[in-house]
Amino acid sequence: MDVRWDIVSGYMPAFLKAAVMTLEVTAISVTLGTLLGLFLGIGRLAQAKHGIIKYFLLLAVRWPAALYVTFFRGTPLFVQILIVHFGVLPLFIHPQDGLLISGELAFEIKSNYGAFISGIIALTLNSGAYIAEIFRAGIQSIDKGQTEAARSLGLTYGQTMRYVIVPQAFRRMLPPLGNEAITLLKDSSLVSAIGLAELAYVARSAFGSTSRVWEPYLTISIIYLIMTLGLSVLVAWLERRYGKGD
Amino acid sequence: MIEVKDLQKNFGDLQVLKGISCSIEEKEVVCVIGPSGSGKSTFLRCLNGLEEITSGQVIVDGFDISHSETNINKVREEIGMVFQRFNLFPHMTVLDNIMLAPLMVRRISRNEAKNRALSLLDKVGLSDKANAYPNQLSGGQQQRVAIARALAMQPKIMLFDEPTSALDPEMVGEVLDVMQSLAQEGMTMVVVTHEMGFAREVSDRVIFMDQGVIVEEGNPQQIFTDAQNERTRSFLGKVL
Repeated sequence: MDVRWDIVSGYMPAFLKAAVMTLEVTAISVTLGTLLGLFLGIGRLAQAKHGIIKYFLLLAVRWPAALYVTFFRGTPLFVQILIVHFGVLPLFIHPQDGLLISGELAFEIKSNYGAFISGIIALTLNSGAYIAEIFRAGIQSIDKGQTEAARSLGLTYGQTMRYVIVPQAFRRMLPPLGNEAITLLKDSSLVSAIGLAELAYVARSAFGSTSRVWEPYLTISIIYLIMTLGLSVLVAWLERRYGKGD
Repeated sequence: MIEVKDLQKNFGDLQVLKGISCSIEEKEVVCVIGPSGSGKSTFLRCLNGLEEITSGQVIVDGFDISHSETNINKVREEIGMVFQRFNLFPHMTVLDNIMLAPLMVRRISRNEAKNRALSLLDKVGLSDKANAYPNQLSGGQQQRVAIARALAMQPKIMLFDEPTSALDPEMVGEVLDVMQSLAQEGMTMVVVTHEMGFAREVSDRVIFMDQGVIVEEGNPQQIFTDAQNERTRSFLGKVL
């Protein structure tokens, strides 16, 4: 098999630009997904001993959080992306009757950033569900004595979480969190289906115009591999950095 | 200082405390002794609300802990607690462990918190360990840091939950020494312990618990040499 290097080199600028897009979408989604996951994870653990608050937390916090996780883990990311892009986004941003933005501006946003916004929303919502489970497991793995010690010093529940439990849980969560980031980086290729010019999308258009499979798809495979390896190294470094006292 | 009236505590169907009443005065050092499973630790944990009270009343420093509108965090600021398993925060240095609550709860300045932490470390004989992490310390050292951490809040009462039970024998002494000097300074202390020597030497009063009730209480002299109740005598006969 002869490799047509001219395709590789000719499309390289486009691939690199697409790689930046892939990284951007992934980085933003992982960051927002981690925040969402933190609140969902704590929400799934929220409980009170007394009266009305107890039922409030159960009905308004725990169950919705559990429902959320069940839905977003139990349905395909691909379907979620399509629903967000063709269903949810037009509901809020629409030239005629957008709930959030409408008119000329809505048209501008949709045609220029529609896929970008939808992709980030879908990936964030999806990864939030997985990260919520990672947080829940991480928080539950911390010895109960840590909470008791902090609370007995007069710290509130929030302060205990913020300064004592979450920092320790975070250290244990780094490996699964790294996994989730790598999964998300690869799954961001699904966003190509709604036309975001990331790696998979550019490879497909290269394939379309040259009818060559190996050159574009092997090239982006290598680029994906370099990025996932880079992520692994980053996670390993973070583990060392936050491993103090363990 | 502490007023307990008919305190009951159930874990599901299991009744652990079956009506405890007692009062502890300011500057009093009270040791709670008794066999495993007698409810000593549960009793102690009810005093700062770590265990929810099933029925009865616990009034600490004027606050009714059993009342749901009492801000339990405010009460806990005045009650230090030392645990069997130390429960130091492993991701923080010794200094940060001690400074956390004064900074976050008392909201004193960083400088003041640091000075206070250093002088407490000096007091428990661990000045050189300020920047160490808990896992670099021996059990006895960790427990002394835990005591310093509780003292940094300048509490009115200190609760000790079997503070030496998880220690190697040669480290028990260093922790008891710290507790003894604390007692001599006039701290109000409630100590759940198996260290009969400490109970006898340091405490003002000994409470003997068995099967969820206070079987007998009195000054150490009286309990250790002239116990009135058969169960007390049989327990002491086994441990002394």
